[in-house]
Amino acid sequence: MADKPGKKKTIPRQAMAEQEPEVRRRNFEEVPLGYTMEQAQMEASRCLQCRKPGCTSGCPVSVDIPGFIQCILEGDMTAAIRNLWGKNALPAVCGRVCPQEIQCEGECILGKKGDPVAIGNLERFAADYERAHGSGELPPKLPPTGKKVAVVGSGPSGLTVAGDLIAKGHDVTIFEAFHKAGGVLVYGIPEFRLPKAIVGQEVHFLERLGVKIECNAVVGRTVSLDELFEEGYDAIYLGVGAGLPRFMNIPGENLVGILSANEYLTRANLMKAYKFPDVDTPIPIGKNVTVLGAGNVAMDSARTAMRLGADSVRIVYRRSRQEMPARAAEIHHAEEEGIEMMLLTNPTRYIGDEKGRLTGMECIQMELGEPDDSGRRRPVPIPGSELEIECDLCIVAVGSGANPLLTQSTSDLQLNKWGYIMTEPNTGKTFKRGVWAGGDIVTGAATVILAMGAGRKAADSIHEYLVYGW
Amino acid sequence: MFKIVHREEMADATVILNEIEAPLIARKAKPGQFVILKANEEGERIPLTMAEANVEKGTLTVIYMVVGKSTALFKTLQVGDGYQDVIGPLGKPTHIEKVGNVVCVGGGTGVAVLYPITKAMKEAGNHVTAIIGARNKDLLILEDKMREASNELIVCTDDGSYGHHGFVTDPLREMCEKGSLNQAILIGPVPMMKFASKITEEYDVPTLVSLNPIMVDGTGMCGGCRVSVGGETKFACVDGPEFDGHKVDYDELMLRLQAYCEEEKQCYESYCTIRDAV
Ligand SMILES: Cc1cc2nc3c(=O)[nH]c(=O)nc-3n(C[C@H](O)[C@H](O)[C@H](O)COP(=O)(O)OP(=O)(O)OC[C@H]3O[C@@H](n4cnc5c(N)ncnc54)[C@H](O)[C@@H]3O)c2cc1C
Ligand code: SF4
Ligand code: FES
Repeated sequence: MADKPGKKKTIPRQAMAEQEPEVRRRNFEEVPLGYTMEQAQMEASRCLQCRKPGCTSGCPVSVDIPGFIQCILEGDMTAAIRNLWGKNALPAVCGRVCPQEIQCEGECILGKKGDPVAIGNLERFAADYERAHGSGELPPKLPPTGKKVAVVGSGPSGLTVAGDLIAKGHDVTIFEAFHKAGGVLVYGIPEFRLPKAIVGQEVHFLERLGVKIECNAVVGRTVSLDELFEEGYDAIYLGVGAGLPRFMNIPGENLVGILSANEYLTRANLMKAYKFPDVDTPIPIGKNVTVLGAGNVAMDSARTAMRLGADSVRIVYRRSRQEMPARAAEIHHAEEEGIEMMLLTNPTRYIGDEKGRLTGMECIQMELGEPDDSGRRRPVPIPGSELEIECDLCIVAVGSGANPLLTQSTSDLQLNKWGYIMTEPNTGKTFKRGVWAGGDIVTGAATVILAMGAGRKAADSIHEYLVYGW
Repeated sequence: MFKIVHREEMADATVILNEIEAPLIARKAKPGQFVILKANEEGERIPLTMAEANVEKGTLTVIYMVVGKSTALFKTLQVGDGYQDVIGPLGKPTHIEKVGNVVCVGGGTGVAVLYPITKAMKEAGNHVTAIIGARNKDLLILEDKMREASNELIVCTDDGSYGHHGFVTDPLREMCEKGSLNQAILIGPVPMMKFASKITEEYDVPTLVSLNPIMVDGTGMCGGCRVSVGGETKFACVDGPEFDGHKVDYDELMLRLQAYCEEEKQCYESYCTIRDAV
């Protein structure tokens, strides 16, 4: 192996094999195919093992990146996964969906002059290797404490809290509103980007550790927080996500053929509607599809529409390419698959036929003006630049807000002006005694890793509370 | 699994009653609220408003009409079988209050939804007149229960095979004309709610309707259930399912209910072919 320092720089970043765009744009199988051991070790050999690694400080949960990379290089895959697990409970997920280019890889020293180490690919490799070859041995658990914890929501933050606290000897039950656990990982992010078998395996792992999962439990309706306390739970963690779809609020939005990305992706992913009629949940198949927005949710919606057989799929976004919030890899993959980007364009009205079905959309062109509160240049309409586009399906992916179902049924939680739960930043403690919160319901729609990071902090604080008091 | 403990066929076996074991939901259920049911792994999530909930027995009752693949599949479930998933109680309960003279109007399986509301309204001290209707005598459901739950019952059939010959809107208009109505509650097919609301609006009678748009999650997360009420978009699963009958855009609701009619037909037909082959 190339371990002489001089030679390291000459090895190029190892590309991961992928399904060809022409093939994958019509199937739901995963796009990147994974590294071979040889490729992984070649990539691992590029790492300089920095004394003060930028990558680790760029990681929201401070994974010991040079450490696990060194293990891969040495071929000790058990040590590699142990190392990752030390900070990150879901490496197979994060290796696939984290925005590495603005986190670890964005801070990698090699990126200053060339390509950073492919940290995400290596993380994924280590986790996939464990899934394929690992012993499946359970990590040690502390003796039972007799304390009961309820985790509300089974997204990445809830799963993290459950995993951490079960290992510390507490009795943990997850309450999930949907009929399946996993949060956005099962209902939002599509199969071709995150195979559901991986999420299922992570959930099953928690169950093997002793975590109980109550699906179909809408907390706030089926049971309230105070009732959970009455039933003997000592602490509650709220990881309910940001499940409230935003719409454009422009005329014609209730025409048939306009769906929130939440609805569209839930039908496709959770309900597996892409297999209709083999499953019973239908999903509209568009000929000409527009997707509003340019985040990961928009890319996932556009690529799903393409896979369901659309003739054309357009992303309509009011800002420019630079401001697109999606991961770089998603934008790249979407374009390779033939998805068109209509930038600096904003819809003003939907157009329908006499049957109330969408037939098109009126848009206006935008230009960038002065920076707004987010620091990004504010898009302003160019007068007289209206244009009409034809479309029979429109997926609205312009962000989400705080779902009020649980928070409104619990009067003593404090919310900020957008309806998100207010917490103490370092612990995730809410204003209600014995209740913690984290993830998207605190920060607004963010990322998997931030939701997990919040979960870990809260788990530490909950443990302290259960052992020492509030 | 949520076990079926009692099952009845009604209206020439086009309407099915299931009493289902779901103690946690039964404990919380209030008139006007609904549950979402899913029969099996591949199943669709179907919202149904509850006709009854029994806290002691820990059961809830739903009554549904067989209209497509999913309800045809539900129909095959017998006592002892069950649903893989039942979620609820969802939606806002009916606001039950003593207002005076109340008319409860139900059409088709809407009568099932109307039943617990009628009962609660009477128990709250109102004088309740119930008007229920169906296409013909055989399709009428819950006549006895509705008679018991109300102070007075008027039955209508479209073909005159039983009770008043005509639509439920006829006796409703008569009652409105008499002028002593304080509230109307109308539940049934969308056209019925639309026309009945027009009548109560003419006479300024405050009116509630219960809407049944297409839903997925039932928790306000997808927006698939959106309806226009007074020019504003509402999510029926969390803001409703009951709304001011004079403000609902029924025409939009009818169009939105047709969103998947092609797909549903395809799915139902292939299901029937397979079922009949077996
Ligand atoms: C389509 C899509 C693509 C994304 N892509 C990426 C990506 O590539 N990379 C990335 O880092 N992030 C991505 N994100 C964002 C990321 O998924 C979220 O930030 C993350 O999942 C938040 O985790 P969470 O645990 O806070 O909540 P969620 O994952 O939203 O989970 C919340 C869970 O709580 C349940 N729940 C809600 N209310 C209740 C209640 N009252 N009772 C019981 N249960 C309840 C919900 O059903 C849900 O299962 C994406 C999001 C979407 C929607
Ligand atoms: S910054 Fe890059 S080169 Fe340095 S330790 Fe991290 S991954 Fe390796
Ligand atoms: S059913 Fe999804 S928001 Fe109402």
